[in-house]
Amino acid sequence: MVEESAEERWRRLYDQSSLRAKKFTTLSGIPLAPVYGPEDAEFPGVYPYTRGVHASMYRTKLWTMRMFAGFGVATDTNARFLEIIRSGGTGLSTAFDMPTLLGLDSDDPMSLGEVGRCGVAIDSLADVRDLFAGIDLSRITTSMTINSPAAVMLALFVAQAEEAGVPRATLGGTLQNDILKEYQAQKEFVFPPRQSMRLVRDTITFTAAEMPKWNSISVSGYHIREAGSTAAEELAFTLANGFAYVELALTAGLSVDEVAPRLSFFFNAHIDFFEEIAKYRAARRLWAKWMRDHYGAKDERSWQLRFHTQTAGVSLTAQQPEINVARTAIEALAGVLGGTQSLHTNSMDEALALPSEKAARIALRTQQIIAYETNVANVADPLGGSWFIEELTNEMDLEAEVIFAEVAKMGEGSMLEGCVRGIEENWFQGRISDSAYELERSFNSGERIVVGVNDFTEGNDDEDLATLVITHEDEQKQLKRLAKVRRERSGERVASALERLAHDAGDPTVNVMPALIEAAKAYATVGEMMSALARVFGRYVEVPTL
Amino acid sequence: MSVRVLVAKVGLDGHDRGIKVVARLMRDAGMEVVYTGLFQTPESVAASAIQEDVDVVGLSMLSGAHMTLAPLVVEALRVRGSDIPVVVGGIVPPGDVELLGELGVAAVFGPGSSAEEIVGTITGIVSHST
Repeated sequence: MVEESAEERWRRLYDQSSLRAKKFTTLSGIPLAPVYGPEDAEFPGVYPYTRGVHASMYRTKLWTMRMFAGFGVATDTNARFLEIIRSGGTGLSTAFDMPTLLGLDSDDPMSLGEVGRCGVAIDSLADVRDLFAGIDLSRITTSMTINSPAAVMLALFVAQAEEAGVPRATLGGTLQNDILKEYQAQKEFVFPPRQSMRLVRDTITFTAAEMPKWNSISVSGYHIREAGSTAAEELAFTLANGFAYVELALTAGLSVDEVAPRLSFFFNAHIDFFEEIAKYRAARRLWAKWMRDHYGAKDERSWQLRFHTQTAGVSLTAQQPEINVARTAIEALAGVLGGTQSLHTNSMDEALALPSEKAARIALRTQQIIAYETNVANVADPLGGSWFIEELTNEMDLEAEVIFAEVAKMGEGSMLEGCVRGIEENWFQGRISDSAYELERSFNSGERIVVGVNDFTEGNDDEDLATLVITHEDEQKQLKRLAKVRRERSGERVASALERLAHDAGDPTVNVMPALIEAAKAYATVGEMMSALARVFGRYVEVPTL
Repeated sequence: MSVRVLVAKVGLDGHDRGIKVVARLMRDAGMEVVYTGLFQTPESVAASAIQEDVDVVGLSMLSGAHMTLAPLVVEALRVRGSDIPVVVGGIVPPGDVELLGELGVAAVFGPGSSAEEIVGTITGIVSHST
């Protein structure tokens, strides 16, 4: 039998795909092919997927317009979610407040001033119930951006769904659950790295066994980039972390094909347009090669890197904030031309405050213009074959391989060990700070221009943009909600659930998820569950370095 | 003598890009910089500032808790009998800048502040207060 060529394979897959329109033409009526290139080119939907994971790309389905939202108490965020759905958003993404991200209750002394600020405050099952009230979770997929307490939040989500009569096996969504990048970049950690990885392992094995539609980890480069890395570092650190999670699952007895298809990725869309597109293309190619050749994955879904994109918060300016709409549009376009599966566009006011409703709507409208007016979604990988893009893709690929080799060296061949040691030895953190510093120096010296900041500043004194005001009342409201939960639950049931949780955490052969779900159903708080785990795991303190 | 600065992250906000970059730029400008690390309390920052005998305390805040936490740092210093000035850098909505001034914060540096501006302002505050 003659082996199918890449083009033939692509054609077969394309012909099997359902399409969202009968014909695809330019605005002036010129018919468009689904993809362009010579017969011997790479094709989308075919290994190594440089040109996209699907043969038909956005001709079948546009990317998911997944807007990240969360503030105040659960009912406030629920109202914003409903508004997003009414405005045509097709996915939800939950932002939690700082106390929740660090596994603290709203009434913890350290939470003072932070409750409901950067996201929604979640203390117990009661809050999760209100958060998703009136939302059909079978139609809208949900992403939960939480890491250190990811296992706790998953338990709360499962408990809430089961209380509402929805079996866990039918739940679809994504847990960020990427703890490695927390130590490297975002710094919202609680337990030491190795103990945290035990929790990640438990969520991977639990979802593999019981939640077939759930993405267990969203391996995130976004925060690495926001913390100051270069594009190639973002790419390489993120994929290295992805390899580490695959190896973690292998140590837990899963096969690569049981874990890899459940990993999704999350990248930044920064302002250097072509570099970003090259980064996404290289990411797909590298992941496919490593999964197939290094880890021996047989299932094609293991080879396919699917990713979410968010435009770069760090590229936005407080000066002349309205011009951030233009920056975000360019960044979003890079994400789309790079083949993203979902996209969050930042609001113009993000260098000033949490997004106002109007600013968030304009950000969503920006995606809708790209999706419905520009016609860029009609052809897969439209820049593929450009000498420049192909060369830049190769450069990204090479630079990433150099970094993989360094990580593997730190781990004596193991990417899992290399990532953990790299964190313990401050290697990732040091590289990220160095890159951030170099970039800042180039802005300070005027070598690089940021419009409105170090040049073109006329207009900086214009009237201030109206921004979202979060009052102290939200904190008081949440404290009242929490007090009510504590008053009405059975203290005895909570105590025994927490005791079981600590016991299970102390035995590394046991999966903590069942104990967490039991505690969630007993209305144990996030802080109580995290404290029970911390008694066993200890807490991590980062050595301050500049 | 060079200006001594304590830079600190108070509360739960883990965003440390700004503080690290600014600390290095201040060092480049000849300042001595001490970094507390993450997740400090107003009390721990005040205690470190006094112990390290710094000329100024710089807080980096992104999470929106500045109105609560920055005045608490000022207060923690004052109840310990210290008049060390406190400056804030980060995401601070325009309306809050003046309020922070009224609550005893000596300067606020928003996004896009240049190294020159930060170093110049801090030097001015220190020479004014000593």
